[in-house]
Amino acid sequence: MDSGGRDVTDMTLRSTSVTAAEAASRSAVLKRLRLTDVVFHGLTRAAAMAVLVLLSGVIVALVIGAAPALGTFGFSFLFDESWNPVTERFGALAPIYGTLITSAIAMLIAVPVGLMIAFFLTELCPMVLRRPIGIAIELLAGIPSIIYGIWGLFIFAPFVQKYIQPPLIDTFANVPVLNSLFAGPPYGIGMATAGMILAIMVLPFVTSISRDVFDAVPPVLKEAAYGVGCTTWEVFRNVVLPFTRVGVIGGFMLGLGRALGETMAVTFVIGNAHHVSASLFAPGTTISASIANEFTEAVGDLYTSSLVALGLILFFITFIVLAIARYMLLRLQQRAG
Amino acid sequence: MSIASTNGHGLSTAVPVATHAKVDTAGLAEKVSIKNLEFFYGDSRALKGISLSLYANKTTAFIGPSGCGKSTLLRILNRMYDLYPGQRATGDVIFDGDNLLRADQDINLLRARIGMVFQKPTPFPMSIYENIAFGVRLYESLPKAELDARVESALRRAALWDEVKDKLNANGQSLSGGQQQRLCIARTVAVKPEVILFDEPCSALDPISTAKIEELIDELKQDYTIVIVTHNMQQAARVSDFTAFMYLGELIEFGATETLFTTPKDSRTQAYITGRFG
Repeated sequence: MDSGGRDVTDMTLRSTSVTAAEAASRSAVLKRLRLTDVVFHGLTRAAAMAVLVLLSGVIVALVIGAAPALGTFGFSFLFDESWNPVTERFGALAPIYGTLITSAIAMLIAVPVGLMIAFFLTELCPMVLRRPIGIAIELLAGIPSIIYGIWGLFIFAPFVQKYIQPPLIDTFANVPVLNSLFAGPPYGIGMATAGMILAIMVLPFVTSISRDVFDAVPPVLKEAAYGVGCTTWEVFRNVVLPFTRVGVIGGFMLGLGRALGETMAVTFVIGNAHHVSASLFAPGTTISASIANEFTEAVGDLYTSSLVALGLILFFITFIVLAIARYMLLRLQQRAG
Repeated sequence: MSIASTNGHGLSTAVPVATHAKVDTAGLAEKVSIKNLEFFYGDSRALKGISLSLYANKTTAFIGPSGCGKSTLLRILNRMYDLYPGQRATGDVIFDGDNLLRADQDINLLRARIGMVFQKPTPFPMSIYENIAFGVRLYESLPKAELDARVESALRRAALWDEVKDKLNANGQSLSGGQQQRLCIARTVAVKPEVILFDEPCSALDPISTAKIEELIDELKQDYTIVIVTHNMQQAARVSDFTAFMYLGELIEFGATETLFTTPKDSRTQAYITGRFG
């Protein structure tokens, strides 16, 4: 042991005495390394900057593109239901309304179902089922939205038209308020159907984030709750949910962000009518569906500009939702330390 | 019955499986009686033929080296293992004449009757008041005034009232570690259990908080039957009336604490309490 130690010292001493030639070649190597480092540094920074440039470029382009429409209609653009390419009168109320309503329906369905799936997976699911169900949920997120669109139009909408809408319309026919929510002929396509398709699409987001935060609940905390005699439901309701509240809200917001912006599937099943109607079964439109449908046929600057203005509004809404989501998740991480 | 054992600690002697000191049980009521209890994690056997009695209004300590099965034994008493698939117990655990291992046992009610305090303080994510009221509300619907009184008496019982009476609405997780653990004790007491299980309740606490908890345990046994798992042999000696020494899933020795610590019958008990292994 001792002699070994001395050997090492000797070797180190020998190798630290450097000749002039060695010193020169070494400094050349160092210079080359420094250069690579500078280049690498520059490249990474450029890549990061590109994101900022792109983002601000998109915002500027949206604002410039929307300026004519916003200049012509002013604030009333937000509250005007009319959308008439012939008279060139445009208002964003119907698309905004459709966007908010379809997203609300989606979240109303996806959040409880997603939370239940997540809790089942983390607490109650037998080990053998855990992976298959988890993978199935992830795959749901991987299905391209165009496929949801055609499935929605050809399979789901007719199903809704035949089996879901008629009983709901009949059931609530004589109930005030609800009879106007569930009114009208069962078209199949409409805001309710779009909302349900959206629910399926955001379900994986809500589920996987909730599952992750549920997994982070200390087992001993759950045991303590069971230990005072709680049932599974009481543990979920009073301990797991309050403990993970922030994370669950973050998942909710990410899902909402997706629902607000989803275009293809919604365009297929929403009916594309620029109307604000109380009935959820009525056809409507959303911001993204309007843009996708009408851009090719938009003649005239004001028409195009109005569509861009719609885009700007959507950008603004999603930005706020995602900002809230980020903030919530950040707070969760800070608390977890 | 005896086995020849070479346990790797140089203690090679023919020793009885469990040496039960003559316990003076006159005048003692048996609260829980464990008979031939075996426990399995999947296929591996963690407890081997445990039989012992827990006496009413006495404190029983389970001691032994890590992995000896003492926490496992404790967690059988409130069926906590039910939460985890693949864990099962066989044998009898008679609690007030009722086998608590039977399949149709009402586990929620059982856990209200047999409370548990954990190794780490586990306040629920709610206010101090709610932490205690929560468990009470599960079983009783009390008027506000009575609930307030119950919360106060539970907090007094846990020697925490004076420290928190002005901030009952503060979050339970904002308290210090020792206070949190007393909050958990108050929460357990508020449900009016008959037995309280302590799973190394002081291992995450400083010496002063530990002293307070030990004092508390000593007072609580007037009203409850207490079981405590501890790594700390001085603690076992201080707080308990009876001690069970466990090793490798077996109950080696069970008896009055004083006897077990001064004149252990089994050489393995002797080796453990004098710090030669574990």
